[in-house]
Amino acid sequence: MPHVSLAAEKISSLFGLTVTNSLLATWLTMALLFIFTWLATRRLSLHPTGAQTLAEIVVGGLYDFFQQVTGENVKKFFPLAASLFLFILVSNWMGLLPGVGTIGFFHHAHGQEVMTPLFRAPTADLNTTIALALITVFAIQYFGFRALGFHYTGRFIILNSPIMFAVGILELVSEIAKIISFGFRLFGNIFAGEVLLTVIAFLIPFVAPLPFLAMELFIGMIQALVFSMLFAVFAQIAVSHGEEHS
Amino acid sequence: MDMDENSIKTIMFGFTIAVGGGGPAIAIGLLTGKALEAIGRNPEALNDIRTNMILGIAFAESIAIYSLVAAFIIKFV
Repeated sequence: MPHVSLAAEKISSLFGLTVTNSLLATWLTMALLFIFTWLATRRLSLHPTGAQTLAEIVVGGLYDFFQQVTGENVKKFFPLAASLFLFILVSNWMGLLPGVGTIGFFHHAHGQEVMTPLFRAPTADLNTTIALALITVFAIQYFGFRALGFHYTGRFIILNSPIMFAVGILELVSEIAKIISFGFRLFGNIFAGEVLLTVIAFLIPFVAPLPFLAMELFIGMIQALVFSMLFAVFAQIAVSHGEEHS
Repeated sequence: MDMDENSIKTIMFGFTIAVGGGGPAIAIGLLTGKALEAIGRNPEALNDIRTNMILGIAFAESIAIYSLVAAFIIKFV
C-alpha cells in the first residue's frame, strides 16, 4: 500500500531552514513561469509571434474574464487575480508531471522501507495554500481600505442597532473563515487528487490512470479559476461596500 | 466488541467522507438544476448564470473537501 503523507516531507535544509519537496516544486513552478515570461517578452512587437501570441491569448482572455466579474475595478484587481490564477494553475498541474511524487529517496521509517518523493505539487502542501489564502484575504482588506478609506471599517463595526452590530461581527468572522475556506478548498482538491492517482497507479498501472489524469487536469484548472474568481468577487464586494445603502 | 485503534480509524475514515459527501452532492445537484432552469427561461443570460453557478458549486464543494481533509486527518495523523 503506497505511503501517503498529509504533510510535505523534508528533503534537506538550507541555512538552517527546512526545504520540503513541495518547496522545491514551488521553485520549479516559479522557474517555469519566469522562463515563459522571458521568452514571451524578449522581442515585443505589435505583430506578435511565437510565445508572445500565447502570452497575449492568456492575458487577454483573463482580462476579459475578470472584467465580466468586476466591471471597471478590473484595473486594480487584475494583477493579483491573474498572478494567482497562473501560479495556482502551474502548481496544480505540476503534480501531474512524470516524476513528481514517484522519483525520490528510500529510507527506513515506521519499521519499513519508505520512499520520500523529491517533488510534490506545491498546492498539495497546506503551507502553500494557507499562504495564498492569507495573501488573498489581506489583499481584499487592503483594496477595501484603499477604495473607501476609514469607512471600510463600517462594514464590520456597525453601531446603528444591536442586530446590525451582530451582522458586523458575523462579517468579521466570515472574513476569517474565508482564509480557512480558500486554503482547504485548494489543498483538499489537489491533495485528494494526488492520493487518488497514487492509489489507481498502485492498483492498475497501465491505461487505467488515464481518465483520472484527465480529471485531475480539469480539476487543476477549475480550482485555479475558482480561487482567482472568488478573490475578484470578494474584492468587488469589499470595494463597493457603501454603495447599496446610499 | 474489542476493536483496536487502527480498525476504528479505518472505519471512521470511510464513514466521514461518505456522510460528508452526501450534503454537498445534493446541494450541487439542486444548484445545477436551478441554473439549467434559469438558462431555459432566459438563454441570453447564459454567461452570467454560468459564472454564478460555478461560484455556488465551488462553495458547496468546499464543504465536501473539509470532510475529506478531516477524514485524512483521522486516518493518517
